[in-house]
Amino acid sequence: MNDNAPVLSIRGLTLALPKGADRDYAVEEVSYDVARGEIMCVVGESGSGKSMAANAVMGLLPKGVRPTAGEVLFDGQDLLALNEKQHRKLRGLRIGMIFQEPMTALNPLMRVGAQIAEVFEAHGKYSSRERQEKALALLEEVGIPEPDKAIRAYPFQLSGGQRQRVMIAMALALEPELLIADEPTTALDVTTQAQILELIRDLQQRRGMAVMFITHDFGVVAEVATRVCVMRYGRVVELGTAREVLENPRHEYTRALLEAIPSNIIPEAVAQQRPAPLLEVRNLNKVFRSRGGLFKPAREVRALDDVSFTLAPGETVGIVGESGSGKSTLGRCVVRLERPDSGSLSLSGTDFSALKGDELRRERRRVQMIFQDPYASLNPRHRVGYAIAQGPMANGVPRRQAMQQAEELLELVGLGAVAVDRYPHEFSGGQRQRIGIARALALNPELIVADEAVSALDVSIQAQVLELLEELKQKLSLSLLFITHDLRVAAQICDSIIVMQHGRIVEQGTAQEVFLRPRETYTKQLLDAIPGRAHEAAMA
Amino acid sequence: MSFFARFAQNRGALVGLFILLAIIAMAMLAPFLYPESPWRMVQRPFLAPMEVDGFWLGTDTMGRDVAAGLMHGAWVSLLIGLVSTSVALLIGVPLGAVAGYYGGLIDDALMRFTEFFQTIPNFALAIVLVAIMQPSVTSIVLAIAIVSWPPVARLVRAEFMSLRHREYVEAARLVGQTNRTIILRQILPNTLSPIIVLASLMVATAILLESALSFLGLGDPNVMSWGYMIGAARTVIRQAWWLSFFPGVAILLTVLALNLVGEGLDDALNPKLARERS
Repeated sequence: MNDNAPVLSIRGLTLALPKGADRDYAVEEVSYDVARGEIMCVVGESGSGKSMAANAVMGLLPKGVRPTAGEVLFDGQDLLALNEKQHRKLRGLRIGMIFQEPMTALNPLMRVGAQIAEVFEAHGKYSSRERQEKALALLEEVGIPEPDKAIRAYPFQLSGGQRQRVMIAMALALEPELLIADEPTTALDVTTQAQILELIRDLQQRRGMAVMFITHDFGVVAEVATRVCVMRYGRVVELGTAREVLENPRHEYTRALLEAIPSNIIPEAVAQQRPAPLLEVRNLNKVFRSRGGLFKPAREVRALDDVSFTLAPGETVGIVGESGSGKSTLGRCVVRLERPDSGSLSLSGTDFSALKGDELRRERRRVQMIFQDPYASLNPRHRVGYAIAQGPMANGVPRRQAMQQAEELLELVGLGAVAVDRYPHEFSGGQRQRIGIARALALNPELIVADEAVSALDVSIQAQVLELLEELKQKLSLSLLFITHDLRVAAQICDSIIVMQHGRIVEQGTAQEVFLRPRETYTKQLLDAIPGRAHEAAMA
Repeated sequence: MSFFARFAQNRGALVGLFILLAIIAMAMLAPFLYPESPWRMVQRPFLAPMEVDGFWLGTDTMGRDVAAGLMHGAWVSLLIGLVSTSVALLIGVPLGAVAGYYGGLIDDALMRFTEFFQTIPNFALAIVLVAIMQPSVTSIVLAIAIVSWPPVARLVRAEFMSLRHREYVEAARLVGQTNRTIILRQILPNTLSPIIVLASLMVATAILLESALSFLGLGDPNVMSWGYMIGAARTVIRQAWWLSFFPGVAILLTVLALNLVGEGLDDALNPKLARERS
């Protein structure tokens, strides 16, 4: 059998969106092949239609979306012509799938082993004894530690990475010829992401499957792709081997995307003389306790364990760590949304951690925050102007003056003063994040805490928002505490970096030191796990 | 776009508003169209609708005009439904808001208090209250309000608990807004939809509760209400269907109208929906 014969071949596929959507077609005249033994990466930003073609392959198109032209050939059969029953036979048996969020894709009340066995059962294969054996073998193959125990575990007892491994085991159970992976590592930490990518690559080579890998992250593409298909507004803008696309992108959009990736070009060393610190954090501790019940003991989680650092005026300190490292709790303690258990937090002399009640309310304006989720951080019922002006108004500035100031701020963050009268839902994610920045600036705070402020944005938007922050930093000499899980972002904007793990500071130093000469093994692991790192090193 | 224009974009809401206005007009016109007391016996009992000219809806067991009762009853039924619901909201919303927003001990205390009311059967408590206070429109309204606020408090509390950790609420706290401003301006407007839906159903329950009280002879003896009419007709439902049918339809239409209007209000108050349709 020819190794390069396409397993899946999409020809001129056009999918129409229901009337009233923001464009007529989800995807338009999309054609690409996925051949045996290759990983085809479909890349694009949100709304590019990258997942739609995959949905058509699986027969899982959302309601209202229907194919109007083209064909999807799988083993000579047009998948678009199949009915639901025929599709179901194909799914799992010959086409395997992995999704983004392993927690929601698994049944929370069913043991892992039973869920894998169910895949065999659905296609009427093997006896129940054999199913269990096969399930165990699969768990072993996907590299879950102690597979004999994991087989009896419930999904919530496993970590995010392990759950994704279970999903992969389920997808591979019937040895499909084609594996579709839709953003399989997006919800995972960097180190886990690196392991899962490694696993997918490894399995693909061992079994000679074709893999269709959908992602928004060019770093991930550089790690796994044999061929790449770049999509934008429902059209394919570039198609080629990974080498070609990454090293000589022909289309300007691909080039723009590649440039927008926060590269880990190491920031220049900053002058080492440090003025009196603006923020001084000493021996901060925070423990979360869940209330115990009659039959369950109270649980304790140490979110912050003896954390100390300083931040100088005009400096940007990055706090980097994986989920559960306590980095967000630290940020929330600094803005006093959370009350530290012990330790001190002094902001140019005042002890911020000791303030309470009305006193705290009056002092709050000195530290502001930019939130992660641009959709949840603005009240849907308030006009943008009011959202920004409410801070100054709460601090005694008359309404008219506050509104005028809001207009100026909107101008400053690049939205234009006309935005004041509009509601948040009329803006895109990136624009909302700009509104969030304007709101944080409205009170002239001494310090701004940005909690994952760009994590929810597409790369090109992320780059623009980071640029804005950089510009504002210069213009207004802002002091910034920048919390992120993304080392590439931290490298771009931070002067010094603090690496956290399990509530403790593992390493801190200037950005240059941490990136070029990491001292701790954990930092090294984090740096090695950045997707696309090898590729970038080769380009440099 | 003006508030009314946004409201009017919801066709159903317009229909609801129309029905509601018709019922109010009915209540206002009653003294002119039927100047005599609706309690007065005017014809033979058990006249079927249209049987005798001038008695479109027939007469009841005592020979009273059903049409007159329906029109005079509109006022009392609407009044009791709306006022008792408003009073229930006035008790339930602040209680639920405070419990949900502050949590902890305050929440515990307020919720135990609420549960105290929830454990007593609604209707039994209402009977006791009316009996103690003497049957009158005021005492009936109060009794209905007192038995129907707990669900409001629980609903508002649940909404507040989920909304108080939203990022925009945290942002409001960070800029130094007072707790009162946060409760009133940030969270409360976002809990309106479920409150409006619940309130329009509560009006219906209140009208029915009043009818049950009237049935037991605990209605205000001086006023005719739809509830009383249905209650009195229950025993003869097989012989004279129209006695319970017409007041029943009137209650159904009122509740439907209130639901439609409630939905329209919710749409008009929600900036997202309003702009999307335009």
